[in-house]
Amino acid sequence: MNITVRERTAAQRLTIVDCDIHPAFRTPAELHPFLPERWREHVKTFGEHVRHGLTGQLPYPRMMAAGMRVDSFPEQGPPGSDLDLMRRQHLDMNGVEVGMLMPLSRAGMEERNLDFAGALARAVNDWQLERWVGEEPRLRAGIVVPQEDAVFSVEEIERRADDARFVQILMSPRSSDPLGHRRYWPIYAAAERARRPIGLHVQGYSGGHASTGSGWPTYYMQEHYAMVGNMQAVMTSLIFEGVFARFPNLKIVLIEGGFAWVPALSWRMDKHWERMRKETPHVTRPPSEYVREHFYFTTQPIEEPENPRDLAAIMELIGYDRLMFSTDYPHWDFDDPHRAFKTQLTEEQRAQVFRDNAKALYAL
Amino acid sequence: MPGKPKLVTVAGREIGVFNLNGEYFALANRCPHAGGPLCHGKIVPLVQSDGPGSYRLARHQEFLRCPWHGWEFDIRTGQSWCDPNSVKARPFAVTVESGEDLVKGPYVAETFPVLVEEDYLVVEV
Amino acid sequence: MQVPNGAIDCDLHPAMPPASALLRYLPDYWRDQFANRHIDRMGFQLTSYPPNAPLSARPDWRGPTGTPGGDLDLLRCEALDRFGTRLAICNPLHGAIALFNEDMAAALCAAVNDWVARELLDREPRLRASIVVPTHDPHAAVAEIERVAADQRFVQIMLLAMGDLMLGRRLYWPIYAAAERLQLPIGIHAGSTYQRAPTPAGWPSHKLEDYVAQSSAFENQLVSFVTEGVFQKFPTLKLVLSESGITWLPPLMWRTGKLWRGVRPEVPWLDRAPAEIIRAHVRLTLQPIDAPFGQPELLARTLEQLGSDEMLLFSTDFPHWHFDGDDVLPGGLSDALVRKLMIDNPLTTYPRLREGAVLRDNPAQREETVR
Repeated sequence: MNITVRERTAAQRLTIVDCDIHPAFRTPAELHPFLPERWREHVKTFGEHVRHGLTGQLPYPRMMAAGMRVDSFPEQGPPGSDLDLMRRQHLDMNGVEVGMLMPLSRAGMEERNLDFAGALARAVNDWQLERWVGEEPRLRAGIVVPQEDAVFSVEEIERRADDARFVQILMSPRSSDPLGHRRYWPIYAAAERARRPIGLHVQGYSGGHASTGSGWPTYYMQEHYAMVGNMQAVMTSLIFEGVFARFPNLKIVLIEGGFAWVPALSWRMDKHWERMRKETPHVTRPPSEYVREHFYFTTQPIEEPENPRDLAAIMELIGYDRLMFSTDYPHWDFDDPHRAFKTQLTEEQRAQVFRDNAKALYAL
Repeated sequence: MPGKPKLVTVAGREIGVFNLNGEYFALANRCPHAGGPLCHGKIVPLVQSDGPGSYRLARHQEFLRCPWHGWEFDIRTGQSWCDPNSVKARPFAVTVESGEDLVKGPYVAETFPVLVEEDYLVVEV
Repeated sequence: MQVPNGAIDCDLHPAMPPASALLRYLPDYWRDQFANRHIDRMGFQLTSYPPNAPLSARPDWRGPTGTPGGDLDLLRCEALDRFGTRLAICNPLHGAIALFNEDMAAALCAAVNDWVARELLDREPRLRASIVVPTHDPHAAVAEIERVAADQRFVQIMLLAMGDLMLGRRLYWPIYAAAERLQLPIGIHAGSTYQRAPTPAGWPSHKLEDYVAQSSAFENQLVSFVTEGVFQKFPTLKLVLSESGITWLPPLMWRTGKLWRGVRPEVPWLDRAPAEIIRAHVRLTLQPIDAPFGQPELLARTLEQLGSDEMLLFSTDFPHWHFDGDDVLPGGLSDALVRKLMIDNPLTTYPRLREGAVLRDNPAQREETVR
């Protein structure tokens, strides 16, 4: 029997939740109707104001086809901009029962003009509803907030909190201060009130700092790797600033940051906290406990150790209940649900990772 | 046709047939890494180097980059450039048979007309 | 587990002298400047290691007034005699490298290196040292390396894990050329000059966070060395990561391996998987061990995943507080691996440790020459 056919049937029996799908604008102007007049003018005249030397492009050019799967280009518009293609090529094909939208760029998280940032975030949130979740019941939106403006962010969360189509709050992990900093706490208070997790997707745009604590990378290969350090810093900050002591119900999803690094960092935090804990008396338990209780990780890009058993070992250490499948459609390093896991999962583990964990966390 | 593979289905398998200067090679349209549609990928040269900062193109039109994760495969052998020993796209032997031989012989392979000559492309599966 | 006699400790930290003690090693102009501007009263204390913080020194490894590492007698007794150490590499954590004035930094680095030679290496034959260099001026750094390397007891070049620019970059290659020529490993040591924020998201509030972040710095520096092709350009160069932790390395190998396969044309000088390059060129000192103490199987799995038993180098990281009593070695290591990491791997990594050095074991025992 043909292997491809058998696996496809198996995937259809088990529908999946995809925790990372990237919708795109057909053209930059697609967002404009969602902006107030003042900002429509502004975007045409002044445009985005980012912390990079180039606008409209990332300073570390991606590989092939600007970082997209070569087969994901629709007739018109960039990959991810065509709902029909997304349905055919991904939602239908891969048995996606629910997909979480991650609008990445021009959503205000990286914008230096905070008034503009707020307008962009609000517009992108409206756009998600009208163009995506309103048209396709399998999709869910995220409340994008410009995290550097906590006041506006809280307003935006409260504005959307009653709309169940928004399942999480999206901020940039490449922020101006590490996200545990108390400047951001009003946002976490609002998130807790709204009963939504915070989703942190890796970012190409800087919040004001080099991609690493030791300077700027030279190559895209390094820039890609630097995302790990960003996630590590976020985790460390949230824990050691005492965010979870103050917001015990807060949940954090680290999206597209990989996960093989989690056990090592947990051990490292524990070890040094033991020694230095007088500096952070509000952290009353080993850091690894906060990791277990508050953090979730999407699976893409799936780790590929030389020995697949090492992947299973990592997943066991993190807990199968904390991993949530994602494809990152339509990006180049897409994970196909049929193939991504080169290690054997039990039926129960597969159900947890591919569906149940996300359903529980996002109250689907 | 040079530059783009011809995609065919043989015995339920999708196969891309490539013409490299009159030599024919066929690869399964399935990347051994993660199952991507390999033969939809770009046909590229091999980028080589003499050291940091040095870039050279060689073996033009002889490599395939998988459209998903960009892995490079030698069209001639199906071998992944980065790890020839462990990852290999499945190659199929392709021979060019003359029309008269086919009518006479016991072959069951599907054949496809080639525009240039009255020969058939036979893909052995 | 008891440390067998004869270990080579690849990372320890003698107490650094006050600036006033360095004056005699400075040229006239700087002696004058330091005196007039009261720079000679400054501590040159690196922010990364606040002297009274628990991590900076174990209580029994402090001098009578609390100085981390105490004095040379304390170091002899607690770092060397206690573990039966036959050779130990000093990594001088001195604030000279955090100065912006390049000439002042260069002069002060030279003074530190000279002080180390006179006050430590001359007085204790078991000690060796890393050369401290003014990193932000690579040519001055090369000059200092060549000057100091004439003294064979300097066995490594020390750089900090967090500086202004990524260390794999070409502008630093003159340093690596000199290192390769002189067969000196480059030792990247934990610590920051804080010339930029220690994380991609800015400045953490706590020293504990900064210390935890050091492992991310090591990861990125390692990726920098590999990606920039430093080991293609300098094929016999060795890189030692000191006080870096270990368990983050296998995931780095996997991720960079996967990445490389997809982005190879961007960096086509990489002719092998990153894991292979790392196994061939990179070593790590033992302490701190970032695996849970009571679960030796976790560290064992990491070591297996590294795919090489040649990568670890014994260290105490004296006086930094990473273990209690004599528990410098983690549980569950085979005798063969212990011998490798304590003796064979250091000798292979640091050629200068091999050259006719005369060793002295614990006082009760005979002298023995290292082959």
